[in-house]
Amino acid sequence: MYRYDEFDERFVRERVAQFRGQVERRLDGSLSEDEFKPLRLKNGLYLQLHAYMLRIAVPYGTLNSRQLRMLAHIAETYDKGYGHFTTRQNLQFNWPKLKDVPDILGLLADVEMHCIQTSGNCIRNVTSDQFAGVAKDEVEDPRPTAELIRQWSSLHPEFVWLPRKFKIAVTGAEHDRAAIKVHDIGLKLKRNDQGEVGYEVIVGGGLGRTPMIGKVVREFLPKDELLAYLEAVMRVYNSEGRRDNKFKARVKILVHETGEEEFRARVEEEYAKLDGPTINAPEEEVERIAAYFAAPTYEDLPETSQVLEQARAIDPELDRFVAQNSFEHKQPGYIALTIALKEIGAVPGDMSADQMRAFADIAEKYSFDEFRVTHSQNLVLPHVRKDDLPAVHAALKAAGLASANAGLITDIIACPGLDYCALATAKSIPIAQAIAKTFADQERQKAIGELPIKISGCINACGHHHVGAIGILGLEKGGRENYQITVGGDATEHASLGERLGPGIDAEDVPAAIEAIVETYLAEKTGEESFIETVRRTGAEPFKAGFAAFIESRTAQHEAAE
Amino acid sequence: MTLITEAGAVEDRFTRADTIEAALAVEGPVLIPLAIADEFATARPDTEFGVSLPGSAPIEDVKPHLAKASLVAVEFPAFADGRGFSLVKKIVREGFSGTLRASGPLIADEFADALACGFTEVELPETMANRQPVQQWMAAKDTMSEHYQSGYGRGPSILQKRLAARKGA
Repeated sequence: MYRYDEFDERFVRERVAQFRGQVERRLDGSLSEDEFKPLRLKNGLYLQLHAYMLRIAVPYGTLNSRQLRMLAHIAETYDKGYGHFTTRQNLQFNWPKLKDVPDILGLLADVEMHCIQTSGNCIRNVTSDQFAGVAKDEVEDPRPTAELIRQWSSLHPEFVWLPRKFKIAVTGAEHDRAAIKVHDIGLKLKRNDQGEVGYEVIVGGGLGRTPMIGKVVREFLPKDELLAYLEAVMRVYNSEGRRDNKFKARVKILVHETGEEEFRARVEEEYAKLDGPTINAPEEEVERIAAYFAAPTYEDLPETSQVLEQARAIDPELDRFVAQNSFEHKQPGYIALTIALKEIGAVPGDMSADQMRAFADIAEKYSFDEFRVTHSQNLVLPHVRKDDLPAVHAALKAAGLASANAGLITDIIACPGLDYCALATAKSIPIAQAIAKTFADQERQKAIGELPIKISGCINACGHHHVGAIGILGLEKGGRENYQITVGGDATEHASLGERLGPGIDAEDVPAAIEAIVETYLAEKTGEESFIETVRRTGAEPFKAGFAAFIESRTAQHEAAE
Repeated sequence: MTLITEAGAVEDRFTRADTIEAALAVEGPVLIPLAIADEFATARPDTEFGVSLPGSAPIEDVKPHLAKASLVAVEFPAFADGRGFSLVKKIVREGFSGTLRASGPLIADEFADALACGFTEVELPETMANRQPVQQWMAAKDTMSEHYQSGYGRGPSILQKRLAARKGA
């Protein structure tokens, strides 16, 4: 894991003092509310429906036990005893008081954390693959790149007053778990024909009210040219992105309205004018950062663990957990383990202070003191010895963290929705809970297989519903909450946007509608096809027909009841 | 209007004039819109002048005037409109070495950014200067002592300092 040096440390401390000063200047009237707002947002502080919300950066989703224990302490001391992991690998506290925020930032700085640019019209927290450094299909670990971008984008003098927010994601693997095609900039580490490492650069993807798949603006960017090229992209966007309408201000709209070819030409024109060596990171600095992400000292172990095999044979619960939540590790004898923060009936992504402490102990003891946050609002223990899995499972179970549903229909992403959010038009958490309860039976979940459901409570799409295999969008219609359902969304290298099945439905009809969609899938699937593979093959038509039949039967029931 | 540089508040040597007639009537250095710069320079080839232009102006429109003007004032329509920061970088890149003024309702909190991108002074409306007096600007520019970005501000970036420290060690 990256560790702060004296420069990083001083930077974060000074930033805390700066924000303390900004709060004081707001209170004495030097700053108007309009002026203070973007300043507090750039420190992750939102004003929500009922209270302030503080969003803490978890750069590329990597944390250690000391940090998690501090988050537990903050949750208990300044909040209601829990935190909420978000779809951008961050952590939110929903109930802090404004006066406490500078102190909270100080405590975060004590453990090398901050809230810098977790909101506002600037470059946001950089996200990455939760299996970085673990996955077998990795060209290179994406975390050093993400850390370099974290530093470069922090308080960038030119790019802190952009037309709109700006999100960058990096992956180093063939299989895209970082959703790079639906980010403002997506970077994919790759090798060219000469075997050199560089980046494919994708610009202009995004969700929100105008979802778009990003365009490749550079097939291959040599690795050492990254920062200068990013500067060129950002300068074109900062100069030319729309500022007349905040709904058209993201870079995806600029790319769309300018045209892919012309946008690429403008970036390359700007890039040609830059003096790369004066902007790019020195090679030694890139190496210094990369050294922090060197593999931990693994033991030489056989691929198969007798201890684990024997334990699985006698413990069906452990067996199911391992089968569902483990991810193949490139080091023999180890696996990466997904901890789904998705107990049936729980709030997706929520974690109590007690759970944080228990999990910190587990990560420290069994995973080289490191864990990851995923964009599915889950956690990952990246390097667990297979021999230790029975003990890890027991410890997780004791903490209520052994949900064996990673990737299944009950592993649902949901934005905070109308329960917390000032922008929301409908609830999303209760919808997730209702669906999870409907499909609580483990055998049924297993029979359905991998099926990511994503729920947003408004068109801003924080729940990423456009790229859910099943997506649910909550809107307000005639004073009632109304839910539109899509199928076929995908955030991976096969990125696609979901297609709407029909008219919106009431909240209480959603679980049954999902059941109808699942029935269609089970009837249509051939062989071992997953839900998304079936939709990709059949198209949305059979699902639309199934959904129409569901609506019809539901209407008949309603009429009969009246 | 209040004019603030890195050293504190200073007198404005320039008089603003929006029309060619008004500009020609000014004694001493004059600050005029880009659109009348050619006409003014032809009529008064020996008078010092500056040009004002919006942050949205393309660099191609600005370039032809950089040799003659001694000041460029980039107008910020709002403090949260960052286009001026990118424009000033492009102006500096063209080799302009005169005064670079950020003009508009900026806030003290972006003074350091303005200086780091190449501005040498900020011109504030009085209402802003009253709420955020010059002391706040002086304090705000020094709240962060280091920056990560090479090519911005004075002095080496954190990345460059690390490299230098390693080579010296």
